[in-house]
Order: sequence, then C-alpha cells, then structure tokens
Amino acid sequence: MTQNTTPKILVIIPAFNEEETIASVITDVRTNVPEAVILVVNDGSRDSTAAIAESLGVVTLTHPYNLGFGATMQTGYKYARQFGFSVAVQVDGDGQHRADQIRRLIEPIIYGTAQITIGSRFLDGGDYKPSLARSAGMAIFSKVVSVILREKITDTTSGFRASGRDVIAYYCGHYPDDYPEVEALVLLHRKGFRIMEVPVKMSERGGGRSSITPTKSAFYMIKVLLAIFVDLLKK
Amino acid sequence: MLFGVVIDFIRRGLLKEKYSVLWLALCVAVMVLAVKRSILDTIALKLGVSYPPSLLFLVAFLFILLILLHFSVVISILHEKNKILAQEITMLRHIVKQGRDAGTSSAPESLE
Repeated sequence: MTQNTTPKILVIIPAFNEEETIASVITDVRTNVPEAVILVVNDGSRDSTAAIAESLGVVTLTHPYNLGFGATMQTGYKYARQFGFSVAVQVDGDGQHRADQIRRLIEPIIYGTAQITIGSRFLDGGDYKPSLARSAGMAIFSKVVSVILREKITDTTSGFRASGRDVIAYYCGHYPDDYPEVEALVLLHRKGFRIMEVPVKMSERGGGRSSITPTKSAFYMIKVLLAIFVDLLKK
Repeated sequence: MLFGVVIDFIRRGLLKEKYSVLWLALCVAVMVLAVKRSILDTIALKLGVSYPPSLLFLVAFLFILLILLHFSVVISILHEKNKILAQEITMLRHIVKQGRDAGTSSAPESLE
C-alpha cells in the first residue's frame, strides 16, 4: 500500500438542490486538488444535482429521501471510512468554500499536527463581514465554544473542515442531525481530538440560499446552545 | 371498555405488547380507583384532594403524559434507526451500481 506516502483524500460535497453551483464546485476542486476523490452526497434533491454530478464523473451517493444536513455529511464520512480514506474534507455545494484553500486545511492533518481543522473566515485579517445579527450570533457561539474548549475558536459555524481517520470513524457513530457544525466541535473536544483553526478565504454564495434564513436564526441559536448544554450533561 | 379494546388490538396484531403495557396499567389503575371508592377516598384524603373524583382524572392525566413521553422516546429511536437504514441503502445502491458499471467498462475507482 502507498498510504503512508500519498494520503487518500476524499472531498465530500453535501448537496441539496444545488444544480446552479454544483458543476463549478466540482471543477474547482478537481483543478485545485487533482489527486482527491470527489464525492457528492445528494440528499434527495428534486432538481438535476445528481445528474450533473454523475455526468462529471464524480462518485455520487443519493439518499432515497431527504435526510437532513447532518445525516448527509455522515453518509459522506461513512463512505470515507468504508473505502479507507485518510483525510475527508467537507466542501459546501453552494460555491462558498474555495477549493484553492483546501490544501491549507489538509496539511496539518497529513503532518499529524491536528485531527480536525476548521477553515476560519476571521483569522489573519479575513475580510469577511457578516450582517450585524449574524455576527452577533457567531460571536456568542464563539464565546461559548471557546469557554468549553478552553481554546479560542473564531469561526464555529464554518462548515469548511478537514478530518483525519480517527475523527472520520467517530463521526460514523455520532454526528448531530441539524446544523451540526457547532455541536460537533464540542463533541470532538470531549473525545479529546486535537482541533485546529486555519485561516481561509471564502467566496460569497454562488447560488442557492443559506440553510439559515433570518427568521430561523433565533430558533437555530437556541437549539444549538441547548444541544451543546445537553452534550455537556451527557456521560 | 378501553381495556377490552387494547387487548383486542394486541390479539389482532395492531398493537405490540411492548407498547401496550402503559395503556393497560392506565386502565387497571383507573378501573380500580373508580370501582373501589374507599381506596380513592383514602388516597385523596392523604394527598389533601378535597374532591376525590378529581384524583381519578389526575391519575389518568399522569398516565397519559407518561405514555406520550414514552412515544417520543420510541419515535426518536425509530428516527435514528431509519436514518442508519437509509444511509445503508444509499451505500449499497452505490456499490451495486458500481459493480454493474464495472461489468461493462473498467471500474473508475478501485473498491479494494
């Protein structure tokens, strides 16, 4: 086996009705990380997302019905474990995550300095300027998570992350259902995984809309905070 | 009456024994309290309930709450199992498709 010299990299793209952007995301990843295997997990899209992905020749898994975002990512991680990938990168299907930043995420994992890396929009003079309400919400999450982890995490809601083998295996058994990013950090910390933030640049969304609409934001925040506190009570 | 319906449902396979226990317990408790007035009166007196028949409703209400909570737990477990099944189907479907494709052309990525 050549696994020690060349790590097997899997790029997981969760997609739910992303036909406008999926093709450009795939090409972007292919150009920047040609050695990676690209996996599109289609969460029961009703549009042509799966057909586009398949026509581009990437591995496409299609859920029989809409299972939700958390389950979609978990399907990707289950695939990564099944086929022995050593690094799994999560890249959103809406074009927000730039493939030219993927290497920065996977390097710490390949060199063993971290088991999971999170692409942060705020580190090192990132020029990301969210709306007032959103930045307030993000600041609260950042505070709460940083206190729990006893380590500063600036961008807790970022879904642009890479995971090593052990984290992949852990995710296969435990992955939060909805809006999993923040909660997953707390779970990983409790299991003692080494978490590291890496500065990345992100684009504006290419199409589609955020999974978090303004009206749902408050509900989202309460739900995630509740989930975090319940997690702290577990075990 | 409800007791009879529950038993009949179990007999006809509409209700699993596992999920009937709480219903039967509710029936028995309410029935005993309703028939044996003396028991109801003593408990009501001990708890300081001034109108004993209202205790009957309280008991029934608590049982119904318990049954609802039980159902929520069962639904959550089913939800999780259902998700795992769907993911498994997704993966199997992929592997089957890959096997079929490999028959006609060379496999695009090795299964190992």
